[in-house]
Amino acid sequence: MNEVRVLTPVGMLGGGFPPETITRGLALGADVIAVDGGSTDSGPYYLGSGTAKTAAAAVARDLRLLLRAAATAGIPLIVGSCGTSGTDSGVDWVAGITRDILAEEGLDLRVATIYSEQQATALKDYLDRDRVRPLPPAGALDPETLESCTHIVGMMGHEPIVAALRAGAQVVLAGRATDTAIAAAVPLMAGLPAGPVWHAAKIVECGGQCTTNPRAGGVLATIDATGFTIEPLDPDAACTPESVAAHMLYETVNPYTMREPAGTIEVSQARYRALDDRRVRVEGSRFETAAQHTIKLEGARITGYETMSFTAIRDPHILGQITVWAALLRRMITEWVGGTLGLGPEDYACDIRLYGYDAVLEEIDPATGPPREVGVMLLVNAPDQATATAVAKVANPLMLHLPTPDMDYLPSLAFATSPAEVERGAAYEFVLQHAVDVDSPTELFRIHLPEAEHA
Amino acid sequence: MPETIADLAREVRSKNAGPFWITMEIFLRDDAGYALVADPAFLDTADIARLYRIDADTIAMFRIPELRVVKISFPRPVSQGSLRDRDIHAGQHHVPLAAFPLPSY
Repeated sequence: MNEVRVLTPVGMLGGGFPPETITRGLALGADVIAVDGGSTDSGPYYLGSGTAKTAAAAVARDLRLLLRAAATAGIPLIVGSCGTSGTDSGVDWVAGITRDILAEEGLDLRVATIYSEQQATALKDYLDRDRVRPLPPAGALDPETLESCTHIVGMMGHEPIVAALRAGAQVVLAGRATDTAIAAAVPLMAGLPAGPVWHAAKIVECGGQCTTNPRAGGVLATIDATGFTIEPLDPDAACTPESVAAHMLYETVNPYTMREPAGTIEVSQARYRALDDRRVRVEGSRFETAAQHTIKLEGARITGYETMSFTAIRDPHILGQITVWAALLRRMITEWVGGTLGLGPEDYACDIRLYGYDAVLEEIDPATGPPREVGVMLLVNAPDQATATAVAKVANPLMLHLPTPDMDYLPSLAFATSPAEVERGAAYEFVLQHAVDVDSPTELFRIHLPEAEHA
Repeated sequence: MPETIADLAREVRSKNAGPFWITMEIFLRDDAGYALVADPAFLDTADIARLYRIDADTIAMFRIPELRVVKISFPRPVSQGSLRDRDIHAGQHHVPLAAFPLPSY
């Protein structure tokens, strides 16, 4: 093929897009639909627990439109990072939704699933063979960290997706994949040059984010031998050289280079030129193939169990010395928890946040001045839920009645809910920022493709 | 009269760049504003280190004249989603940068 048109309807499956996005993309001759199903952006909970951020109904609404389009146009549909974090449970979740829709719609498409979850024991072999590298700002990996994870995923490049398509898949539901790999797979299969392919894949990954109206819907990238052309699918939105170039800034550490499993995207020499008032031509992007293929790992583990309590203060007298009050609250909680539960600082941790005063930025907040009201959040983390809740319950009378040191009566503060305590369950943290040297781009991934029923 | 970086900018924003990094961008309105903010004598890694109470050696700064953008990236001081993380998407951390005073104020 001399050119390949990649349709990305939205930045994340389940985010929603107007049906016209698809009609217009197909009319313009889309050769593949690629959509991301996840991200680490919303925190470690989703990977740690293996559950999705998106509602099943929202994913189903988007998938129904995409599956119909893929069947109508006879083009592949590729979904990456299924179920938010790309765990095996996330892939199975999206596969189940897909199966139901195909049955309801009477569609017959071959669906491949690609699993990217990793076992700590297998990764320890790579560690033993000195094949795991830290990525900034991480240090060396120890085996205990691998063992502590509830879920570990490897981020696939385009290669497992290409393998599934070559085997006959019409729909590919991938576990954790780089945001770019899903859009890069088909143009690379067509033999188009890696520089324009990867740069285009990076530009389309967030759907309309590279346009003048990020909420308007998706984009279409046409990749050829010398570069790519990008246009929004909403006729009222526009891509400008500035809006496209600026997308390289979005959620990237470095706006000029991005590492993929197979090499590095290099766009410092890229030129962005307006073809008309809504389409942009990009040339000069390069891709430097790496000597060593690497797979980045993501892992999350449980830090403990959390209970949250929330009260609020409106009394100007207390607000006038809110930091004194908060310091007293912290000291009293420590004393009461020690006296009542026999727990010391090593047994639990508390975070006291003064929303409306400095909760978000704390000591780096440039603003000063008295707040009008303050929401006081107490977040307790302990090795088990019962302990976390017990600490929060011991703190409850303090969060209701604690005065400032100069008051000779007990105020009653404004709890937001009854009961005041909310059990948050397990809390997680990301722990892996490491890459594995692999001999084959597909060795850490498992591709499942059922035989066609009506072959 | 403009008093802070925000007054010269179309947008100042911050966001996670993966679980372990924060990145921020200042989009300046015009070339004069860009020339001022992109000048290392006005804003450099030492200033960012002071604003965010982090180590200057960990900060990467990119000055991009064709977009009139100054971009700043550094490792997340608090692990994302941990007990002490009060900004899960790091989407409000641009505020100290936006409030950075211009010279002569």
